[in-house]
Amino acid sequence: MSKKRRFKTSLGDQFLRLVTFLMAFSVLVLMAWMGWQMFDAARPSIHTFGFGFITSRVWDPVKEQFGALPFIYGTLMTSLLALLLAAPIGLGVAIFLNEMAESKFRAVIGFLVEMLAAIPSVVYGLWGIFVLAPWLRETVEPGLAKWLGFVPLFQGTPVGFGMLAGGLILAMMILPTIAAISREVMASVPNMQREAALALGATKWEMIKVAVLPYAKTGIMGGIMLGLGRALGETMAVTMVIGNRPDILPSLFAPAYSMAAVIANEFTEATYDLYLSALVEVGFILFGITLVLNFLARLLVWSVARGPKGGNLV
Amino acid sequence: MGQTLSVRKLEAWYGPNKTLKGINMEIEANHVTAIIGPSGCGKSTFVRCINRMHETLPGTKVIGEIILDGESIYDQDPVALRKTVGMVFQKPNPFPSMSIFENVVAGVRLNGQRNKQNLQAIAERSLRMAALWDEVKDRLNYSGISLSGGQQQRLCIARALAVEPAVLLMDEPASALDPIATTHIEELIRQLRDNYTILIVTHNMQQAARIADSTAFFLNGELVEHGATSEIFTNPKDKRTEDYITGRFG
Repeated sequence: MSKKRRFKTSLGDQFLRLVTFLMAFSVLVLMAWMGWQMFDAARPSIHTFGFGFITSRVWDPVKEQFGALPFIYGTLMTSLLALLLAAPIGLGVAIFLNEMAESKFRAVIGFLVEMLAAIPSVVYGLWGIFVLAPWLRETVEPGLAKWLGFVPLFQGTPVGFGMLAGGLILAMMILPTIAAISREVMASVPNMQREAALALGATKWEMIKVAVLPYAKTGIMGGIMLGLGRALGETMAVTMVIGNRPDILPSLFAPAYSMAAVIANEFTEATYDLYLSALVEVGFILFGITLVLNFLARLLVWSVARGPKGGNLV
Repeated sequence: MGQTLSVRKLEAWYGPNKTLKGINMEIEANHVTAIIGPSGCGKSTFVRCINRMHETLPGTKVIGEIILDGESIYDQDPVALRKTVGMVFQKPNPFPSMSIFENVVAGVRLNGQRNKQNLQAIAERSLRMAALWDEVKDRLNYSGISLSGGQQQRLCIARALAVEPAVLLMDEPASALDPIATTHIEELIRQLRDNYTILIVTHNMQQAARIADSTAFFLNGELVEHGATSEIFTNPKDKRTEDYITGRFG
């Protein structure tokens, strides 16, 4: 005899359930609606250029030719560059603050690192224009060209404003996100895990490697993902330093363009419908790339978190 | 083989609290020594001083001397010391991201052992010593946290034994376990006695009576009495020991 037992839930709880469900559902609706609106507004451009929009390198509003590849390339490259720089440094900051620094020191530096995230991106952009770009042009890029000039990435005229500047400024902007989240996650590693490693004769670094990082890796990757999300969508600071030239050049010194930057720069100048529609399609693609990359990153986190049989970490 | 420990005038602080107030104690090799006493008497701090784990916490201080096999532990690198003085904690703490096999050989790997066959031999030997081999031999690649609590604790013992320590510190190793798992751990401790110096903190006096050759009674950071277990339990010399073991306080 099996009869399902139900606990009677109070009216208030039922109401709470309904309200919170609606709130959660509204997020989904909002996202689908935004996606649809963008798709709808991009339709003229999609009809005219089809797949060629993603594969074409020509962006010429005068001749009514629109191809988004340079922007896609610029967004992905700057974000990748930013991740390559910010992920190891952010992790290093988190390790230092959590495992090495003395407690008074820890609070101060931790606060300063998190402050970095609060600086408006236009301020980063100004700093990029007046400090970072000249420094890159006069010191860093000639140096790189001299020592690593055999790599195509480091060839060409040092301009200052370009892919490298965009990547660097993004790295600075996502560093606090990655550092703060990694630090939070590492702080949640139970102390008995650290002691287990130390009691086996681990040095501090070995303890971090054996006990802290494996335990925290899922959360650290989550932090890196958030950083990536921010890098993909960041507009202002990148627009100010990337050089804004729709071209795909092998050198990191050369000017480039990103999806967010082209939308911000050209939206007010889009004088005819197809132009406007093409810009919206760029936005639609950015929306899609962000979703897909986040989805892939989530898959990666799951596969890493699974670990050995019978012990799921998430 | 086990090594002797000689503790002299050991004092330890935890922040402003002095948790050990001058301990003098001789600990025999190949012997199980139980440390009993009420909560907060300093028994955990005492064993944590022996592998210099106490110092890893912020705000702690230790003075005094501990001689291990003729040499002061404070003249040694704590990292090297902890390979000679292994430790098992109150709550089982296997590494959750590692398999059973990887957990057992984690310490050996830190010592630079990379050879797959050697690691396998070490894992089997250690798991056999910890009386866990038969239960896990077919699923060595399962996660360490897929085991039951008692099995996890024996896994942690195997992990400590794999490094081949001379001294094994156990800080209430069975207090988080059910009676059957506790029996397993106690049997294991009796079997390990011949080859190790074992120091076990316990709040369970029957446990001390069952497994220890000698027993030390701590109270308020002082060593009240230390002697053969049978002596301590049947004929204590100090009134406070008698009060404690007859259950008048603690």
